[in-house]
Amino acid sequence: MSGGKPVLIDERGLRVDGRKPDELRPIKIEVGVLANANGSAYIEQGKNKLLVAVYGPRELHPKHLALPDRALLRCRYHMAPFSVEERKSPAPSRREIELSKVIREALEPAILLDRFPRTAIDVFVEVLEADGGTRCAAVTAASVALADAGIPMRDLVVACAAGKVDGQLVVDLCDAEDKYGEVDMPVAYMPSKGVVTLLQMDGILTREEFEKAFKMAILACEKIYEFQKEALRRKFGAVQEEVSGDK
Amino acid sequence: MISKVPVNLNRAYLLDLASKGARIDGRSLSDYRPISIEFGIAGKADGSAGVKIGNTYVMVGVKAEIGMPFPDTPDEGVLMVNAEFVPLASPSFEPGPPDENAIELARVVDRGIRKSEALDLKELCIIPGKKVWMIWVDIYVLDYNGNLMDASALAALAALMNTSIPVAKVEGDEVIITEERKPLQLRDYPIAVTIGKIGDSLIVDPSLEEESVLDCRLTIFTTRDGNTCALQKSFSGVFTPEEILKAVDLAIGKGKELRSKLLEAYEQFKGSS
Amino acid sequence: MAIYVDRRKLVLPGELLAEGKFEAGPNTYKDGEKIYSSVVGLAEIKNKVVSVIALKGCYMPKVGDVVIGVIYDYTPTSWQVDINSPYLATLQVIDALPKPIDPAKENIRKYYDVGDVIVGEVIVFDKTRNPMLTTKGKGYGKLSGGRLLEISPTKVPRLIGRRGSMINMIKKELGCQIIVGQNGRVWVSAKNAKYEDIAIKVIRKIEMEAQVPGLTERVRKMIKEEKGRVDGG
Repeated sequence: MSGGKPVLIDERGLRVDGRKPDELRPIKIEVGVLANANGSAYIEQGKNKLLVAVYGPRELHPKHLALPDRALLRCRYHMAPFSVEERKSPAPSRREIELSKVIREALEPAILLDRFPRTAIDVFVEVLEADGGTRCAAVTAASVALADAGIPMRDLVVACAAGKVDGQLVVDLCDAEDKYGEVDMPVAYMPSKGVVTLLQMDGILTREEFEKAFKMAILACEKIYEFQKEALRRKFGAVQEEVSGDK
Repeated sequence: MISKVPVNLNRAYLLDLASKGARIDGRSLSDYRPISIEFGIAGKADGSAGVKIGNTYVMVGVKAEIGMPFPDTPDEGVLMVNAEFVPLASPSFEPGPPDENAIELARVVDRGIRKSEALDLKELCIIPGKKVWMIWVDIYVLDYNGNLMDASALAALAALMNTSIPVAKVEGDEVIITEERKPLQLRDYPIAVTIGKIGDSLIVDPSLEEESVLDCRLTIFTTRDGNTCALQKSFSGVFTPEEILKAVDLAIGKGKELRSKLLEAYEQFKGSS
Repeated sequence: MAIYVDRRKLVLPGELLAEGKFEAGPNTYKDGEKIYSSVVGLAEIKNKVVSVIALKGCYMPKVGDVVIGVIYDYTPTSWQVDINSPYLATLQVIDALPKPIDPAKENIRKYYDVGDVIVGEVIVFDKTRNPMLTTKGKGYGKLSGGRLLEISPTKVPRLIGRRGSMINMIKKELGCQIIVGQNGRVWVSAKNAKYEDIAIKVIRKIEMEAQVPGLTERVRKMIKEEKGRVDGG
């Protein structure tokens, strides 16, 4: 294992995995992959592999946590021990707890929670393989899982990170870019409403760089939105085609 | 599965069916649901596999780390099996540390692998008394639809078959981890077969609905030679000695079937990669 | 005033359906003058009401709904009933038995025990407390024998059919009793066990293909073929 920082942008302006600065990693989204969950989705984004399940709306225990006028949204972001290079203990880390909160707050504005008072809607994210940008992939897949569960929403929420590596602004950072780059800025967005539901940033950006990177992230989100919609149409339109095929 | 409580009329129906040698999904009493085995599905693990039995889906990842041996076995590597029943797998799984079911499952799968001596732990010793390979087997239940034991045991074995660990060189007191990797050698292929009792009938591979009405359950690990190497009875009903012997014979037979399926799937995987 | 979707178009959450003086029907929401879909479903526009037929969703109780429940727990004077909804329902003794009972002398489990299947009606539901049921009424009470299955509540209208046409056809052709709860639970009972199996297969098929036109004919055909298979062979 060679130590030290890899070259993140080469002489041709290409990134460590050969991508151009505004290029996304390959994405695959499958809907309804689990038998038990009310809704579920599986996402691959580059080497990221995540499974998201939604249960609810359902009874909330203990009862005193229930909200009188709306559903309580709960989210658990969790990584499998074998999802990263060095085995991670299954016990929740501080990072997982923070991400659970941030992902919940990214999804909450989209869900019509007041339609289900005194219930719980649970979103469970399991990261099976991690390669940078898992919180964004989690938000993207969770929205699809919520739609699969029939939970009413204002829009799908989609997420992607922008950042700066070797001085160059890029989108959809992989693990090496996350680890060795200068800035990482995850953004979650509701494209049909034009509003941002998650924003985090660490690193230094000038005002100009910030605006440019932010717009790149929004554009990337809009591209990923098409993947979400296509995955849902594929699943829910499938029966129609299957049956017409019989005739 | 319907409802949070066992539905009385469904239980009556399942009992009646079983007494006639039939099951709700059309299987015979000794059939498994469709099984699929996939190797190498977790890219960052040293070995991994995913097994589906019906709608039950279990993933296992293996990670190898260098650590200290146990004081009473200074020249042996360490095998650690852990199981997580993650909440996404079932409405009845709560977030939190492994409960008694997850712990029992991990310990039983551990015994199945350990007691069959499938892994030569002495091979995993680097510097006796100081440095050995620790093999973490993490069982991840992703969809619970009955018979987690067999799916977990099969996935754990498949993941170990898929495992390769770095070659470690000893230079004086130091351990150098080279870039070279070598596959983990397995000396046996222990297979778990779980049999449930409903009324007077024994059923192999209970589904979720069947599990909710079982009196009791027996998991039997058998080796390639047809020997038993680990057993576990669970749930609070009772077995007669005749039933147990019948179950063991069933397990040896079905164990052979599952073992060939596993080895065939592995050959296919090696052939295509 | 504008309509942006064709009738029965597959729409997704956040998709714009119409704009102007329309009423926002089920599974939609209004943002100013614009009406959007809130779920994955089929767009429907009828008499100025814009709605979406949801393809998946949980069961929300409505007063008057016939539901099939499973007894989950009990107190000396009431039962808690699982009606396949985010809300557990309550059935009080006075809404189940012809005469009040003395809790000191009688255990209500004698009448309905945990795990029993009952058919009843929702008599109270507002979002501030759990729904309440009654099992007093013709055809209501405990169900014995037969099989219980669950389908997505969104498919219940299709299973019943216009004025019961689909469900009555199945009952007649297979000679079985079928009770369909609005909560997606279906109870089937037939003297002929093989016909009972066919009924269940048919119900599952309807659940899968509810939105595809021509279902009634396909179901009729399937029943004929299946009967031929079990009777002939």
